[in-house]
Amino acid sequence: MNQTTRTPQHIDVREFHSRARTAIADPKIRKNFRKAMDGLIVKRKDAFEGWDLEALRELGANIRLRALADLPDLLEQLEKKLTDNGVNVHWAIDGDEACRIIRDICVARNAKTVIKGKSMVTEEMELNHYLADHDIEALESDLGEYIVQLASETPSHIIMPAIHKNTGEISELMYEKTGTDLSNDVEYLTASARQQLREKFMNADVGVSGVNFAVAETGTLCLVENEGNGRMTTTVPPCHIAVTGIEKVVGYLEDVAPLLALLTRSATGQHITTYFNMISGSRKPDELDGPEEVHVVLVDNGRSSIYQDDELLDTLRCIRCGACMNHCPVYTRVGGHTYGTTYPGPIGKILMPHLIGLDEGRHLPSASSLCGACGEVCPVKIPIPDLLVRLRQESVDGDKLNPAKVRGHGAKRNALEALVWKGWSWMHARPGAYRFGTTVASRLRKLQPGKLGGWTRYRTAPKLAARTLHERMKERSQ
Amino acid sequence: MNSRDTILQRLRERSGGKLHRPDCDFSVLERPSSSVAERVEQFQRTIESVHGEVHRCTPESWVAQLAGILSSRGARNLLIPAAHQIGHALRDSGQDDLPELLIYDEPVVSWQAHLFNNVDASITSTRGGIAETGSLILWPTPDEPRLMSLVPPIHVAVLKASELYTTFHEAMRVQNWMSGMPTNALLISGPSKTADIEQTLAYGVHGPKELIVLVIE
Repeated sequence: MNQTTRTPQHIDVREFHSRARTAIADPKIRKNFRKAMDGLIVKRKDAFEGWDLEALRELGANIRLRALADLPDLLEQLEKKLTDNGVNVHWAIDGDEACRIIRDICVARNAKTVIKGKSMVTEEMELNHYLADHDIEALESDLGEYIVQLASETPSHIIMPAIHKNTGEISELMYEKTGTDLSNDVEYLTASARQQLREKFMNADVGVSGVNFAVAETGTLCLVENEGNGRMTTTVPPCHIAVTGIEKVVGYLEDVAPLLALLTRSATGQHITTYFNMISGSRKPDELDGPEEVHVVLVDNGRSSIYQDDELLDTLRCIRCGACMNHCPVYTRVGGHTYGTTYPGPIGKILMPHLIGLDEGRHLPSASSLCGACGEVCPVKIPIPDLLVRLRQESVDGDKLNPAKVRGHGAKRNALEALVWKGWSWMHARPGAYRFGTTVASRLRKLQPGKLGGWTRYRTAPKLAARTLHERMKERSQ
Repeated sequence: MNSRDTILQRLRERSGGKLHRPDCDFSVLERPSSSVAERVEQFQRTIESVHGEVHRCTPESWVAQLAGILSSRGARNLLIPAAHQIGHALRDSGQDDLPELLIYDEPVVSWQAHLFNNVDASITSTRGGIAETGSLILWPTPDEPRLMSLVPPIHVAVLKASELYTTFHEAMRVQNWMSGMPTNALLISGPSKTADIEQTLAYGVHGPKELIVLVIE
């Protein structure tokens, strides 16, 4: 089966605007997303009925902040606990190193087929391409990911990867790639995928999964899922490799209770998912199933850089629920693929610039109306709008007092624009110059250009008033 | 320097200095005390809302009820624990309408295909349940291995009403999970499901299509 050889996609993240125009003009995309997101918004709201949501979010945020404050110690504690329980722990500075570690484990076991549970960090490092290039087949087993892989696409949502497709499209895809009958019966399509994937689980040499929370106290890897493919991936093959970003660690086992309550309700409006799978070791001698070999790959890939800055650090609180995208007016209209990034939507806009650089991701922070919905629904209270503003400043090197830090900063800086703002701030610091300047400007308003670049592409230009505010106030007091 | 040390050093020598460590107030998870009957009711309501099935039984009635449930599904066999009292009770019941009883007593590799293709149902014990989320707590053991609650299309779980907790947080604290976790621990809250095709719910995508809970009162 050659369905797993996904052609490497060289998406230019900078082409955001042209992709956005295409997506907005496609009624099918808009309908698929609108319908799904509207449903998720209502379900989330219902799921928090009866909760003191603000207190719960406060707790979630504090648990994540506390874990980040202790991060290096917790990582060492996690490593020790896991090692004591027979788990091999690996550290990867970037995605390439993580891919190499996973390949080496596969090669050492002479493994040819890998079955995967859902993992965004492996999307981030394009593990499937890498393994395919080294003659190792990697098959996604989450139904949504499986569909997306059959279509040689990438996920359009971090929780619901195939949300951009409707049943008819999926039926045609499965008919074409796997030989199932054409049918709009979701039960039939699901049962067919179950059959196809059960064979794969039995024959896979290695299972690769993500991690939702890693508990340092007990050395426990927690996986949240509904389908059971995560349990299959982590139980059936003789070797399990769990891949996680270094920020996913929490200090105490009891920390997962409120985080789980927040995660599933925020993500899909469920009180809990079907399975909450806690793994704390490899198979013991008297146990009859489960992998004999378990590995954990701790991936940095830019996270330790984000960690350096007090404000940007908040990005690392994220528990990957996707609520910010579900509530984002931009995401709902342009869909997940428009961003051209592993993580789309608001969280992608604040995370991706760190992973790919602000030059490559220059349009991401400004692909927002700053309406604030993402920050209001975030279960761990990440101030996403503030971080968007910060990254906008960084993209134009706009804050003299706080020098920009993110790789590729200043990519959007424009000399003319910078000069205009420089004059603006000079004038605002000098009352005389301000009065003189505004008076002159109001007298010369007829000379104002009708077109103001991007601003007037979809709007009319604002017109200067005939008299300044100072003049009008003076008239009024007379 | 290897990657491990590089990463740890970068984190330790953070340019922003040491981070504030906030206090965490867990009181938002506390619930008013409730009776066993209230917890059973809440558990039943919640798990039924996600397609789980609950049968209220007594220590005397559950075997006969189970036999009825399985025969209505046409289950040809039932995978049971060998050592747990559930297994003993079933083998010694003399209930003649039970399907063939199977035991998981060898490493999975020796009978994987049979387990995946021919086992219709399984029954396991639980370490209690959670009323608020309609969850079962399972700690697989050599007697009840991990795949027992995952591979067969019907999973029957036995839950003692007296072992129902109100919240997950309460359950892990009372059972003192912090002192050590098993190879695998699970919360199971309904049958396997997906909504990945146009948000339409479908059951049994990878795991059991049916989850049947026998609550022993």
